Amino acid sequence: MHPAFSIIFFTTATGAGYGLLAMLGIVAACGRLPPDRWLGLASLGLALALIVIGLLSSTLHLGRPERAWRALSQWRSSWLSREGIASLFTFLPTGLFGIGWILFERTDGIVAAGGVIMVAAAALTVVATGMIYASLKPIAQWNTGFTMPAYLIFAIMTGAVLLDAILKLLDWPDRVVEYGALIVIGLGWIWKRATWRHNDRLTSAATVNSATGLAGGQVRSVEWPHTEENYVLKEMGYRIARKHAARLRLLAQLFAFGLPLVATAIAAATGGGVAKIASVIAVLTQAPGILVERWLFFAEAKHTVTLYYGFETTGRT
Amino acid sequence: MTSLPSGTGKKLGLVIDLDTCVGCQACVTSCKEWNTSGHMAPLTDINPYGADPDGVWFNRVHTYEHSCESGGSTVHFPRSCLHCETPACVTVCPTGASYKRASDGIVLVDEDKCIGCQLCSWACPYGARELDPVVGVMKKCTLCIDRIYNDNLAPEDRVPACVAACPTGARHFGDLGDPDSPVSRLVSERGGVDLMPELGYRPVNKYLPPRPRAAGTAVAQARALEPATSAGGFLGWVDRMLSA
Repeated sequence: MHPAFSIIFFTTATGAGYGLLAMLGIVAACGRLPPDRWLGLASLGLALALIVIGLLSSTLHLGRPERAWRALSQWRSSWLSREGIASLFTFLPTGLFGIGWILFERTDGIVAAGGVIMVAAAALTVVATGMIYASLKPIAQWNTGFTMPAYLIFAIMTGAVLLDAILKLLDWPDRVVEYGALIVIGLGWIWKRATWRHNDRLTSAATVNSATGLAGGQVRSVEWPHTEENYVLKEMGYRIARKHAARLRLLAQLFAFGLPLVATAIAAATGGGVAKIASVIAVLTQAPGILVERWLFFAEAKHTVTLYYGFETTGRT
Repeated sequence: MTSLPSGTGKKLGLVIDLDTCVGCQACVTSCKEWNTSGHMAPLTDINPYGADPDGVWFNRVHTYEHSCESGGSTVHFPRSCLHCETPACVTVCPTGASYKRASDGIVLVDEDKCIGCQLCSWACPYGARELDPVVGVMKKCTLCIDRIYNDNLAPEDRVPACVAACPTGARHFGDLGDPDSPVSRLVSERGGVDLMPELGYRPVNKYLPPRPRAAGTAVAQARALEPATSAGGFLGWVDRMLSA
């Protein structure tokens, strides 16, 4: 699948934003969120900035962005529509949570209750994002049980690393957030490796034989219908060289999981300036790492329509 | 509404005979010609006279080599929208622009509602939907709704443009929901198949596989155009003289 930057940025930025919102709601529900106005302004401001810029980026992908509001109408059947509604609904509890935290400097009682609704709404939005991809049967690498949980795990992982850095920078370090971040980074790493392992061994139900209705024997594409690449090939026939995929997988693991894990551990084990710098390094290494991870998510996904053009749709890229 | 109708009155569709298709591309150009001024007009071309021409087409003909135990054969394969009974391209649509008609089962796009998110093209295993980057909306085969119900055309012309154009009669149009219709009978007689049935989209269009080669068919080798050995007599003498 063509890795469009607007969608890669959209899914990673909103993922981190909703993950950060969810972390704030969870920490508030545990009664551990400092009721400090400036902390509220910084963390909610960052989360909302990531979400709003991400949502705007997603409209760049549209042929008719001015009609984007229509996408809110088909929640009965469409995960994309559900994602749109959930993303907008999340602003409601987030607004109430923000008013309580920033204006009244309260993070307990009814504000914490609003935070729980915020967690649920953020999680639903990310689930809907994941289901858009997981529900597409023509793409075997996405149509698995790994896809939707991956979106949830990577959202909470990037959100936890962001929150850890914000808390440290504003001198409110929290043990639970540190350990939480370490656990979800580890979980994310394991999940990504398991996904790759699963996808590399996929066998596709659809074959060039079933795609053409020519049973038995070998079917070899000898002539395409067009001399140049068409929309279908540009959008769904993206191919990535195997050696590049292997290198990018290493880079993704190093930056999205390895370095942030080490930096977060150093930040947890030390204190003061070293912890601040280490927690910021965790954020700065994870950001390009998760972008590479998401780029690969698209680039390594193979669509059944490419069977008609003589491509393989399973196995390692 | 992008929820699917519980059933459709008719199941209009195509039956494509892979045995007789000669890959002449007449259906492709006829489709383009009709539809670029039809219901989904225009079928925009991008850089049509340049080095890398591109454009929207509803119908594409691939060519394959099918080798099996009984030998090899060349198969021309027209690919277009199959007007599935459970089309994911419709249910994934967030705006309600994609819909399947309850009356005849045709899958269409309302171009005034489409936002060009392209998710329907990802959801279609058959590559039936293409983005028109100039208009910014998705385009697809309409089964020529502006021909098949067109009272201004002679009754024999009320078939999709691709069917009207086919010089070998490899394309058939009709109601596949009626088991007694000519197309349904053709499908049962010739063992018509669904494409990628394992994905569960339940295509309405059917493909008739090439007929098996009859066993014991005489091997008809062409006669040599001129004798391999030179003739005798005067002509033989001339031939030898000229060949020397």
